[in-house]
Amino acid sequence: MAIVTASKKACSVNPLKMSQPIGGSFAFMGLRGAMPLLHGPQGCASFGLTLFVRHFNEAVPMQTTAMNEVATVLGGLENLEQAILNIYNRVEPEIIGINSTGVTETNGDDVEAFIRLIRQKHPQLEKLPLVYVSTPDFKDAFQDGWGKTVARMIEVLVAPVDAARPRDGSRVNVLPGCHLTPGDLDELRTIFEDFRLKPSFLPDVAGSLDGHIPDEFTPTTIGGIGVDEIATMGQAAWTIAIGAQMRRAAEIMQARTGTPFRLFERLCGLMPSDEFIAFLSEISGRSVPSKYRRQRGQLADAMLDAHFHIGGRKLAIGAEPDLLFDLSSFLHDMGAQVTAAVTTTNSPVLQRVRTEDVLIGDLEDLEELARSRDCDLLMSHSHGRQAASRLNVPFLRVGFPMFDRLGAAHLTTVGYRGTRDLIFDIANLIITDRETNHGPTPDSWPSPAVTCRSIRPSCIEQEEKPLG
Amino acid sequence: MTLLPTTILDVFNEPGCARNASKSNVERKNGCTKQLKPGGAAGGCAFDGAKIALQPFTDVAHLVHGPIACEGNSWDNRGSASSGSDLWRRSFTTDMTETDVVFGGEKRLYRAVKEITEKYDPQAIFVYQTCVPAMIGDDIDMVCKAASAKFGKPVIPINAPGFVGSKNLGNKLAGEALLEHVIGTGEPDYTTPYDINIIGEYNLSGELWQVKPLLDELGIRILSCISGDGKYREVAYSHRAKAAMMVCSKAMINLARKMRQRYGIPFFEGSFYGIEDSSDSLRQIARLLIERGAPAELMERTQALIAREETKAWTAIERFKPRFAGKRVVLITGGVKSWSMVAALQEAGLEIVGASVKKSTEKDKERIKELMGQHAHMIEDMSSREIYKMLKDAKADIMLSGGKSQFVALKAATPWLDINQERCHAYMGYVGIVKLMEEIEKALYNPIWDQLRQGAPWDEFDWKRQAKTVAQMDVQVVDPVRGATANGVKTISFSNRSEIGDGESAIAAHGRNLVEPAKPCTNSTARGPACKDTFSDLQPSALQAAE
Repeated sequence: MAIVTASKKACSVNPLKMSQPIGGSFAFMGLRGAMPLLHGPQGCASFGLTLFVRHFNEAVPMQTTAMNEVATVLGGLENLEQAILNIYNRVEPEIIGINSTGVTETNGDDVEAFIRLIRQKHPQLEKLPLVYVSTPDFKDAFQDGWGKTVARMIEVLVAPVDAARPRDGSRVNVLPGCHLTPGDLDELRTIFEDFRLKPSFLPDVAGSLDGHIPDEFTPTTIGGIGVDEIATMGQAAWTIAIGAQMRRAAEIMQARTGTPFRLFERLCGLMPSDEFIAFLSEISGRSVPSKYRRQRGQLADAMLDAHFHIGGRKLAIGAEPDLLFDLSSFLHDMGAQVTAAVTTTNSPVLQRVRTEDVLIGDLEDLEELARSRDCDLLMSHSHGRQAASRLNVPFLRVGFPMFDRLGAAHLTTVGYRGTRDLIFDIANLIITDRETNHGPTPDSWPSPAVTCRSIRPSCIEQEEKPLG
Repeated sequence: MTLLPTTILDVFNEPGCARNASKSNVERKNGCTKQLKPGGAAGGCAFDGAKIALQPFTDVAHLVHGPIACEGNSWDNRGSASSGSDLWRRSFTTDMTETDVVFGGEKRLYRAVKEITEKYDPQAIFVYQTCVPAMIGDDIDMVCKAASAKFGKPVIPINAPGFVGSKNLGNKLAGEALLEHVIGTGEPDYTTPYDINIIGEYNLSGELWQVKPLLDELGIRILSCISGDGKYREVAYSHRAKAAMMVCSKAMINLARKMRQRYGIPFFEGSFYGIEDSSDSLRQIARLLIERGAPAELMERTQALIAREETKAWTAIERFKPRFAGKRVVLITGGVKSWSMVAALQEAGLEIVGASVKKSTEKDKERIKELMGQHAHMIEDMSSREIYKMLKDAKADIMLSGGKSQFVALKAATPWLDINQERCHAYMGYVGIVKLMEEIEKALYNPIWDQLRQGAPWDEFDWKRQAKTVAQMDVQVVDPVRGATANGVKTISFSNRSEIGDGESAIAAHGRNLVEPAKPCTNSTARGPACKDTFSDLQPSALQAAE
């Protein structure tokens, strides 16, 4: 049982955390034809936008109600109305996803009421889904914003089901946490399809942010799950939630539609992948395809090859709770010691991280802990780069944002294949570090008695005399 | 202490701004920038602007007072380079919680200043105000004053909460903060007749260092650069400079003008982008310094240096001319960079077919018109869709712009080059312009473009086969098993298309041509009721064939 503590500092230095409104907007980006809208000053959207663009190297849709000082005093109804109408007229979205920010929450804007008024006034918006989620900046973190937003999408967009109608046994709802990349989702999609299951990913950022080139330029998202498909998710036989942040969404789905769910807190590593594949085999009634039997063998072999390098490493990891839990557990299973763990927000999984204490803090905390506890492997998002270079330890970028390396969208860590590749990446990083920084020299293993040979020239003469 | 609204009014009243001078009184009160349009706005807020302008000060701790969004989402995102301290790259924020919003964040801010002082002992701390604490009435001026007295070091309030306006206004408010709290509070060890300030230069990718050696050679000392590779002490004594060059014209004109007013430092507006602009700027610096008492021989030395550097640069550029002949460029960037870049690119023989004038003044626009001729396209406010169309229709061979619009060009398989703050190359001065040409050449002639503009081999093949399938479908419909099998096989081949377009548009596109039962289930995105029964209807043999 890890003890979870929160940092007592007044000043957060080198934040690990990002705000929850942009976590919410990120969830909307996994919907087709969507326009995420931040209800707040334009900077909130601009910062978020820049962050996503730098991470994905993609055009990212995101709009703002551009609240200025006066609008803030008067309330945001007019700005929200104008924003919705402008987006509706200019980009013809299939859905507008609205998240509140610190300013509009401090102000106390009743956005649900605003939306009702706006709908009354503008009947042309009748068919346009408007999903609103309350996500103040001064509470919680990125992954909470994502979780809340997906939960709200289900409440608003999934149609109630007719209990008498039989469920579609081949359909599965997948609710991925925000720590899964488009690459992860594609890998999962392939696995589902190999079991002849038809997955509906909510949200599906693989459809929109996987880097494909569209035929037409559109200002909204260029893929992802459609509102029409979300409406029918109640017909699926199962819901699979990935990451503890998705538990609430899965529960709401179950309450609304009666679809049972299974939560997978981890998908990286041999045992979690076994559990996952066995479950799919069970619900699909199909035996495990030979492809996965082979992949399992490859993963086992990778573990054998890499445990020499990864075993005994002292890991310092800074990540959001679900990613932290997944990756630290996997490295623990590879023989590494989780020596320093820092996260952004509270979560039930934190107590089960395989270490002594987990700190809700920032990258300064992580750097200090890594230094004092002598860690020799660092994992965090790209902002950890400064700490890594000061500590001079191997550094693996994980999670969001990853703005100083390419291919963040395709980094895959789920399933046998994803785990296998991650193992190789980590082991290679460690090998490179050993070659660069820890190559042996004649003085690598000094004896405590003989500090330096040159101090005792008499010894050398005595030895050499008989030979001469 | 002046109140923020007063400061903003004062900034809007900027007499040094040509555009402002041409406005009526009412217009002027409304501010510099267009009223932001909800749902159609882009660009940063005033806080963003203030941070951009001041963050390059390297030995200062930049403390953002606000919820996590303001700093957590944005830190370490600019490529300014430092020759000394790396303190500026660390991020400090009070990360306000709900409790702070209810009870006020002043105490937390004070404690944050204390922690920073104890741990990092910086030359100074800049405290940035943001929207939420401004709304709840946190008085950062008061906290800074108290902290400053207590800890014995400058703690400077930067009052530019995001919702007061645009990035540009934030730049100016940052300038006001420097004028009010920093400039004139220190004295240099010595002065020379060759001391200048450079205002509005952020040393992105270290490009100031492309110009500094030339100034060094002339014996001209950059007394203070605001703010690229800047140090707190240098700004504090920047009022002792003899002359100033203002680089980013719209950003800090108020600072340059008020320094002229208060300390008699003359300034000119110049740029180091492009050969002619660089030479011009060097001459202007020499002229102003001589007017302020530097020996007249400085001009001769400057002219000699310019002649030498120009020859070198022209020779270097000469080799690009045949490569650039007939190549057309669209330039989308902020105002000042537009016209100085236009000249530079034309020097190398590129044809400018469009330039954005969104942030340019009337004078800028006239200058662009003069440079580009009447035919060139002045882009006032172009939507991404329009730019995409322009590029897709091959109206231009390369686009130069900022990072946010890059994907419009890249997705249209058009070469693109980053010339804004996130870029990784330095393009200043005589060496910089040659580097820019090299990068343009590399982008234009990269072999990927020809490959990318070709479709996938199965594109045409699929369409032919699809037509055939549609024809066959009527015949086969009598035999459901065979029909389904055939459709299944086709389905997979259609799905290849969905990998180039997105799944949805592929379905929509095929929907036109296919009759209902054959509606393809893309294997990358099995979605919707249309796909519902496809798999279960397939016979094993069909599946095998499909794989």
